[in-house]
Amino acid sequence: MGEPLIYTYDIDGEDFTRAGEASSSVKNRLKMLGVDSAAIRKTAIAMYEGEINMVIHADGGTITVIISDDAITMVLADRGPGIPDIEKAMQEGYSTARPEVRSLGFGAGMGLPNMKRFTDEMKIDTVIGQGTTITMKVYLHSDGL
Amino acid sequence: MTIKEMQEVLDARFLYGEELADLDAQYVFSADMMSDVLAFCGKCSVLITGLCNPQVVRTAEMLDICCIIFVRGKLPDENMLALARGKSIAVLATSHYMFTTCGILYENGLRGGA
Ligand SMILES: Nc1ncnc2c1ncn2[C@@H]1O[C@H](COP(=O)(O)OP(=O)(O)OP(=O)(O)O)[C@@H](O)[C@H]1O
Ligand SMILES: [Mg+2]
Repeated sequence: MGEPLIYTYDIDGEDFTRAGEASSSVKNRLKMLGVDSAAIRKTAIAMYEGEINMVIHADGGTITVIISDDAITMVLADRGPGIPDIEKAMQEGYSTARPEVRSLGFGAGMGLPNMKRFTDEMKIDTVIGQGTTITMKVYLHSDGL
Repeated sequence: MTIKEMQEVLDARFLYGEELADLDAQYVFSADMMSDVLAFCGKCSVLITGLCNPQVVRTAEMLDICCIIFVRGKLPDENMLALARGKSIAVLATSHYMFTTCGILYENGLRGGA
């Protein structure tokens, strides 16, 4: 394919109804590029969970997606409160989501574990009071594009 | 079981997707928490839920689900239906509760497929 493709999305932290639009757009682009469907599914699930987290736990932010020959890299950067205890946050069932968020169908404490499960690499950088950057990678086989 | 057959046994209404009625499904997932759906839906292509907001359709989209069944008379709004149309996801609404809806489909041969 050559040069990597780079897409950037601003995520609005106020608008729960529109959360997921960026993930939807990435899923479409990957489909059009002819990326292998298993990799598309993994990317879509992981990015969507991350995008929802940016809206419900942080105050929105920016998602950058880099598509190269060998991997899809997602960088989710927010200016939210940060994650005090990453190990705890990674546990299935751990959630600090408010009851309103639960009534919207989120807050089961499954998002971060899902992101880990559906990606090949995941790294969390967080600074309390400043924000969180989550970098995830889904590997592509060289014949995938 | 086709979407049309599901609609019949559930006394459900097509809110969108009558043209998708012949699509065939074997595995179904039911939940109100979308992260559970994202984690465990596996090969399921039908989602039964009592939750009614745009993220239900987004979740279905991410998982290539072909049909959403809303239980206990929940009715998605026009914005949700537009999202479903854009992704060719059939939308059914039944007045049965979740348990009954799942039971009827199970009796008719559908299975969970995580
Ligand atoms: N971007 C973020 N900024 C600040 N805190 C976060 C962020 N993402 C996750 N967290 C914290 O980590 C916890 C676990 O996140 P996770 O996505 O696993 O679960 P959840 O969002 O609470 O529920 P679910 O994902 O099942 O809807 C959250 O409840 C929150 O406390
Ligand atoms: Mg989450």
